[in-house]
Amino acid sequence: MSVVTLTINDELVSAQAEQTLLEAIREQGIDLPTLCHMDGLSDKGGCRLCMVEMTNNNNRLVPACVTKVQEGQSIRTESDKLTNYRKMIIELLLSERNHICAVCVMNGHCELQNLAAHLGVNHVRYEYVVPDLPMDASHERFVQDHNRCILCMRCVRVCHEVEGAHNWDVMGRGVNSLVIADLNKPWGSSRSCTGCGKCVQVCPTGALSKKGSTVAEMVKHHDFLGWIMNGREKNIWEYR
Amino acid sequence: MTDKIRLATAWLGGCSGCHMSFLDLNEHLLDLAKAAELVYSPIADLKEFPEGVDVALVEGAVANIDHVELSKKIRARSKLVVSFGDCAVTGNVTILRNRFGVDDLLTAVYHAGPGAAPRGHDPDGIIPYLLPRVLPLHQVIAVDAYVPGCPPSADRIWAAVSALLRGEKVPVEEEAITFG
Repeated sequence: MSVVTLTINDELVSAQAEQTLLEAIREQGIDLPTLCHMDGLSDKGGCRLCMVEMTNNNNRLVPACVTKVQEGQSIRTESDKLTNYRKMIIELLLSERNHICAVCVMNGHCELQNLAAHLGVNHVRYEYVVPDLPMDASHERFVQDHNRCILCMRCVRVCHEVEGAHNWDVMGRGVNSLVIADLNKPWGSSRSCTGCGKCVQVCPTGALSKKGSTVAEMVKHHDFLGWIMNGREKNIWEYR
Repeated sequence: MTDKIRLATAWLGGCSGCHMSFLDLNEHLLDLAKAAELVYSPIADLKEFPEGVDVALVEGAVANIDHVELSKKIRARSKLVVSFGDCAVTGNVTILRNRFGVDDLLTAVYHAGPGAAPRGHDPDGIIPYLLPRVLPLHQVIAVDAYVPGCPPSADRIWAAVSALLRGEKVPVEEEAITFG
């Protein structure tokens, strides 16, 4: 595989030609926030948190997770503008649905909650929408709560790409989008769902949880994705 | 006495858990008493929010017209206003009633039970009107600092209050601002 040389935060680095900017940036030990990205799943560039500035191209903003590295590219991962945009994204996510951390199963373990604090979001400047959204507790082992969903689509991707069941899809547009099971059936009556729980484990918030969990009880584990992907792609079957 | 900081705490639409956590300051309450005078608080018997307050900690979201009036008074009479706890900062649990109309809400809560539903602003003036939508404090008055948490831990409160006593800013580091 060929190697390209690019500049990240004024430092020359080399990367594999097929790598994404996000991979190259994280290889350098640089912290770059993401929510929709998950190692082992395809990237969709949905949350826009990993936006970086291309300093060799009028500081154009590109999402690092879906941009391939290029020879001679020069990018910056931190600036006042990027920090401001990232905070705006988090604030918009928090204002769009009912993310009431205090009464959420994921309180203390939530990626959205942690990222908000990490990025310095100590209040939300936008009006809270407080939509009237349902929960689906029809599945015998899991619960879906649309109030906590940030539409990152990790559940949709892990179900399609890893489990191969494609139980999840998205209905509606924009702010009205909802993640639905089996063409909008109650999850418990879905015939495509295998009940494997991969979607629950990759969900960054309390939108998908184990039934019976109460406030702050839900903890999620992503390790299985690494083991499965190593097995499939590298034929390394190792349980660590 | 005059060199002491004039501290006020207020309780709007919240559960008073932030004030409970404030009392959990334990021995720091003695440090606080040396440096500050409590001039208004639900834990002190003071009826009117006074003039010339240095620091006001405000718990709770703005849910009715009394809250609006008190918030405006707090802003006009305080140098620094702090959103104290998640209800003041985000609306938190209090804001969840925004998915219902006020009439539907009162009907659901009171008409199913005994007696007539209070609509607010009855002649006795005891029950205030509910606002159509609950708001976080900073969407009603200008706020100078935020101490999130449900409730904020005593350590987090002390970090904020002691910083204010020293004339410094309320901490904004990651561990000081997590919601929930």
